[in-house]
Amino acid sequence: MKTIIEFDHFSFTYRSQSEPTLRHIHLSIQEGERVLIVGPSGSGKSTLAQCINGLIPFSYPGTWEGNVRINDMDARELSLFDRSKQIGTVLQDPDAQFVGLSVGEDIAFALENKRVARPEMSHIVERVAKLTDVDHLIDSRLNELSGGQRQRVALAGVLVEEADVLLFDEPLANLDPVAGSEAMALLDRLQRETGRTLIVVEHRIEDVLSIPFDRIIVMVDGTIIADDHPDAILSNDSLMNAFLREPLYVSAARWADIAVQPQDRPSDLETFVTRFEREPILTKLEEEAVTIHQPTSPLLELEHVQFHYHQEQPVLERIDATFEKGTLTTLVGQNGAGKSTLAKLLSGYKRVSSGTIRLNGEDITNQSIADRAKKVGFVLQNPNHMISKQTVHEEVRYGMQALGLSDEEESERLEQTLRRCGLYPFRNWPIQALSFGQKKRVTIASILVRQPDVLILDEPTAGQDYRHYSEIMDFLEALKQDGMTLLIITHDMHLVLEYSDQVCLLHGGRIRYAGDPLSLLLQENLLHHAHLKQTSLFTVARHLDVDVKPLLSAVIRAERKDRKQWQ
Amino acid sequence: MAVEMLGYIDKPSPVHRLTGTTKLIGFILFTTATMFTYDTRVLLVLGLFSIGLFSISQIRFKEVRFVLVFTAIFVLLNALAVYLFEPEQGVTIYETRHLWFEGIGRFTLTAEQAFYMFNLILKYSVIVPIAVLFLVTTHPTEFASSLNQIGVPYKVAFAVSLALRYIPDVQQDFRTIADAQAARGVAVTQGSLLKRARHSLQILIPLLFTSLERIETVSNAMDLRGFGADKKRTWYNQRAMTRIDYIAIGIALSLTVFSFIVTFYDGSRFYNPF
Repeated sequence: MKTIIEFDHFSFTYRSQSEPTLRHIHLSIQEGERVLIVGPSGSGKSTLAQCINGLIPFSYPGTWEGNVRINDMDARELSLFDRSKQIGTVLQDPDAQFVGLSVGEDIAFALENKRVARPEMSHIVERVAKLTDVDHLIDSRLNELSGGQRQRVALAGVLVEEADVLLFDEPLANLDPVAGSEAMALLDRLQRETGRTLIVVEHRIEDVLSIPFDRIIVMVDGTIIADDHPDAILSNDSLMNAFLREPLYVSAARWADIAVQPQDRPSDLETFVTRFEREPILTKLEEEAVTIHQPTSPLLELEHVQFHYHQEQPVLERIDATFEKGTLTTLVGQNGAGKSTLAKLLSGYKRVSSGTIRLNGEDITNQSIADRAKKVGFVLQNPNHMISKQTVHEEVRYGMQALGLSDEEESERLEQTLRRCGLYPFRNWPIQALSFGQKKRVTIASILVRQPDVLILDEPTAGQDYRHYSEIMDFLEALKQDGMTLLIITHDMHLVLEYSDQVCLLHGGRIRYAGDPLSLLLQENLLHHAHLKQTSLFTVARHLDVDVKPLLSAVIRAERKDRKQWQ
Repeated sequence: MAVEMLGYIDKPSPVHRLTGTTKLIGFILFTTATMFTYDTRVLLVLGLFSIGLFSISQIRFKEVRFVLVFTAIFVLLNALAVYLFEPEQGVTIYETRHLWFEGIGRFTLTAEQAFYMFNLILKYSVIVPIAVLFLVTTHPTEFASSLNQIGVPYKVAFAVSLALRYIPDVQQDFRTIADAQAARGVAVTQGSLLKRARHSLQILIPLLFTSLERIETVSNAMDLRGFGADKKRTWYNQRAMTRIDYIAIGIALSLTVFSFIVTFYDGSRFYNPF
């Protein structure tokens, strides 16, 4: 077999940094291989991808040591354009990488740059669109598409170049679970049909392993700590060492004291699940106490809430919901179901068209955004939308400026909040020097410092690796224990299952389900509306014919115990 | 979304069906014709044409109200400034002087000045709707391909179209950021002018960072798909000219010729009723 990409003794240091981001990389990828590169944020996995597609050194210069060969040519001698013909890259956020307004136009972009004539161009675009199942959308505008469709368009835009290597940087980051598994299935089919080399960079291992890979490369701190067959990687502790989450069924096996060995093929759920035996697990489950959510007093109530831009097309048709004090509610539903709109109505960013919102029994429907925001804090998804000061303490203090507090009180709250959010050591740091997760935390702090009764967060864990995800969620759970009422918009099934007391499913402008998360996941028709899917633990439970609830809480508990060792 | 301005608005109208190149040529001809003339009769004819085109395009006034009102304010300010600098410009131009009010000091009001300023405002009232119409009925990438076709380098053309394409996105960001500021009690729409200016600055910083982020991603995406490697490129969106395009260019051309003839036949750009 032919080696298509080869890293030899390779190190790379970004020009703006003093420490190398990649160190002593040895890696060779063969033609037609399927390679999964995993690692926590900051492990260098995206940098490695950029060395492959040529953004390094062309867009991000730095010090280059050792050799990278692509198709037996020195990578530094290939221009970005040469490389684009060999390596097709789909970037993380499909929305941000679109250059055209319509589907066909965006798919054609690479062809336009290669001066393909128009008749031939439409021909190729149609053929490729068919391949990724977007041929019925060619004239649609990109902003009318769902997340999954956008991803397929982005993929089509890369496929037109007929590159030998397809490189995906976190393809699942912006997709809901259903769209994610469809995307993986499409990659599987494409690779099988065309025999191209497939490189996927991801940290959501359970979801990405829904299709077979030949190798997993585990990265930590700029080095490769493991490079082996998925069965071998899942059998040893490389993923744990990289602070990554194993597939849930593997965690379940460890909890149940089932040996995980390469010969049992742990990378394939269908095969591996037969290793579970019912009796010992039942005995173990008997020891597990399932905690049942105790109702508390209602804090925030919505009655017949309706919202529309145009009378004919209501965004929210009729919303009735209650959020209890000291609970965490997740808000799920497809893109465009109105989740963000609902959050904006609650936090006063938008006014309801009709209906009533009550907080602690008081009617707050017509309050101004400034008054409402004192009681209901809203943390936007993109921290850059909120941050307007240079340093951490300035930003957090800025949040209090309209509250009319005395200087001492401001300083006291500031310190207390910074400590609470683990930001005290960074209080004098420039915000732009912080990581994404830390920035997120600054925005949470700048809202918390106002001491609201309700905290709404839009996708707080989007794009976070397991470690940061757990940090943020454990922090939010601690806030809840202190009596904060939380409402979280999310696509993340783990978050829904592990942290929420109540889940609300929004579909077609109404709440279709409100209640216990597990019961939602057990109802197929609702899952379809929510665009959620069952995790692998459901498969294990079905195989064993045991109740999924205690199994789930047992595995979650075991995982949390493991996470304790990280600190 | 609630209010978008200057983004492409899709409608099934004959104006939309024209190719970008036709619209660009038409727009340039029309603007030249209007810029050169101060002839009231010509301006009125062009103005009627501009209103007619607007109604054919099916773009509703509501959809572009914000921009039109915004520019109207600027046109009035501009006219005011013209008056303040040269209150008797009209007298110089029309070479007669019909005094209406004595006024204070040099700030007199003459019929000639009033007529001159009326023409000035009329001129802008003819151009602005057409410019807005051009922007909202031309697909940004088609706009780029037409610029390229009439000789503008494609990188420049593409940059212009990309900027147009991002107008709605940046507006969206702006609104979200302004709301986030308002939620912290910092409202841009309240308080003294100085306070408002300071608050606006608080929005600009996050807007800048959000936009920089956008630019970085999209320029990477473009590089990775081979943008700029060649001296020329083709355009997926370019359409072949049809009969309606030639007719439209013909109309625009005859309007321009008409305007030039009427304007210059007596050797002056001004129509003199005095």
